[in-house]
Amino acid sequence: MLRFIVRRLIQVVPTLLLLSILLFAWLRSLPGGPAAALLGDKATPEKIAQLNTVLGLDQPVPVQYFRFLGRALTGDFGNSLITGEPVTTEIARALPATIELAMAALLLAVVLGIPLGYVAARYRGRPLDTTTVIATLVGVAVPVFFLGYLLKQFFAVDLGWFPPSGRQAVDIDATHVTGFAVLDGLVTREFDASWDALVHLVLPAVALATIPLAVIVRITRASVLDVMGSDFVRTANSKGLAPRTVRERHVLRNALLPVSTTIGLQTGLLLAGAVLTEKVFVWGGLGTLLAQAIERRDYPRLQAVVLLGALVYVIVNLLVDLSYAVIDPRVRVR
Amino acid sequence: MTSPRGSLRPRPPTLLDRRRRRVDELAEASGRSLTADAFRRLRRNPVAIVGAVIVGLFVLVSILAPWIAPHDAATAFPELQRTLRPDSIPGAQPGFPLGSDQNGRDFFSRMILASRQTLLVGVLATLIGLVLGVVIGALAGAFGGWVDTVLMRVTDVLLSIPSLLLAISIAALAAKPSQTTVIIAVALVSVPVFARLLRGSMLAQRESDHVLAATSLGVRRRSIVLRHMLPNAMGPVIVQATLTLATSILDAAALSFLGLGDGDPARAEWGLMLANAQSYLDVRPALAFWPAIAIILVALGFTLLGEALREALDPKGRR
Repeated sequence: MLRFIVRRLIQVVPTLLLLSILLFAWLRSLPGGPAAALLGDKATPEKIAQLNTVLGLDQPVPVQYFRFLGRALTGDFGNSLITGEPVTTEIARALPATIELAMAALLLAVVLGIPLGYVAARYRGRPLDTTTVIATLVGVAVPVFFLGYLLKQFFAVDLGWFPPSGRQAVDIDATHVTGFAVLDGLVTREFDASWDALVHLVLPAVALATIPLAVIVRITRASVLDVMGSDFVRTANSKGLAPRTVRERHVLRNALLPVSTTIGLQTGLLLAGAVLTEKVFVWGGLGTLLAQAIERRDYPRLQAVVLLGALVYVIVNLLVDLSYAVIDPRVRVR
Repeated sequence: MTSPRGSLRPRPPTLLDRRRRRVDELAEASGRSLTADAFRRLRRNPVAIVGAVIVGLFVLVSILAPWIAPHDAATAFPELQRTLRPDSIPGAQPGFPLGSDQNGRDFFSRMILASRQTLLVGVLATLIGLVLGVVIGALAGAFGGWVDTVLMRVTDVLLSIPSLLLAISIAALAAKPSQTTVIIAVALVSVPVFARLLRGSMLAQRESDHVLAATSLGVRRRSIVLRHMLPNAMGPVIVQATLTLATSILDAAALSFLGLGDGDPARAEWGLMLANAQSYLDVRPALAFWPAIAIILVALGFTLLGEALREALDPKGRR
């Protein structure tokens, strides 16, 4: 087991190295070169030449790359062009908001998706199944940001059930401990603050959860159908096991393996979807940072957020792989 | 021996029945190619028909757009502009079935003409991604060895970046954002997907008997790859391309929404119209509603068609 983990960890290293080369190439192909991109509107030929020397851009390319790698490894991604703050500080501040949103969305998608997919598979071909399948197909076809606006317009503006934007009401005086608004309230026993944060979370989480939900439902359904047709389920049935036991112990457990992979893959989508959802709901997390960075062409920030997204994606999928080995002993042998 | 009508128990097959079925099976196996077989299955699938109808309508409208649309997409009309205010955009009136857009242009005509641009975005992005991906995947699958290792390492890294974030990074590289940069960004994101898919099915082909047969007959390597392996390996790629048509249009809309698209207000494209309409949501939600419906329908159409194709081409699904 330990060997498996170590081997999987080592496999990630070349991926990360290649990723750094890609990022380096990306930086070098910025319009007008990195210096011009960094200076933005203030760029003059003299300033660009000066900055090139400071940044070491007059050095040979391999030297530049290793310097870049060294800085990246020590967590130095430069300062934001908008605020002048180190990008890492900005990201650290915005991260809890996005994690909170993404976790809420993922929770929704998993908690609703797996039972829905399972039920659809059990009643295959019946109206319930057909409706579910159609709904998942439509769910994937709706632009996330449009769905966000739709939810906001209907449930926040028209019905007034939920707040239209932000993470917390302005008049709530919450103490910040962890940065996770819902958790903070629980820790400090300010339950009204927690409740308020939760209410703010509902609409963005639903908007963000739609696509992962649709995907999880479909994968669960397909996987359950697949397992139900397999030999060991037939054997279990024919040796007279209670249908319920077969469903729970044989079908569901085996069907959940592909689903867990999908959940890992969906985290990437969640990060990307967060950019769109956060813009709609003025959430103030990483997505908002990224959206601003795009508008103002803040390249250091853009680069750092994208890198973080890739890192999280790689790590989550690594964890999913590892959990596979825990769930399914067959994986370890390979 | 005939059983009475309405009997619950099906009649046991007679020898003649079995013979007939066997002949049918043989005829099916010999008389129809794999493609024809897949196409036959496709025609029987209601999902495929719904998808094909939606896509067909979309293509038809985009071809006939200049003749269907009553007006030009870029012209502002004084009769619409007269009542156009920041807080009120005129709705339907004689000659303008969907009313005005935010600039006093005929919204209906823009909706119709936008089908062309949207189709263009989807098709171009998919085609660029497909061609590049097929070239890379075919090289990796055909050569194997270090070529395969290097190419697949790079695709793995690209796949490890969430696709929209990758598209954002690529689109942000453009000194001047435009429709073209959006198309390129969306296209490049799908390259690793196509490459990996094709490589996978090329590898499967390499192990297959007909390739072994061709090799032992002394067929040149080049024509084994191009004429024996590639055509047989394209199935999953074609399915993926159909699905990519849907995601390309959606991704392009997302990039437009994030301000990475074309600022050109004269251009009529559904994603762009939807993105631009967000500022007028309180004033006139229809401006967002119709492009959104159009995008959802088209994406749904391509997705349905893709799923049906997957089912038709998948040998596991065959009875």
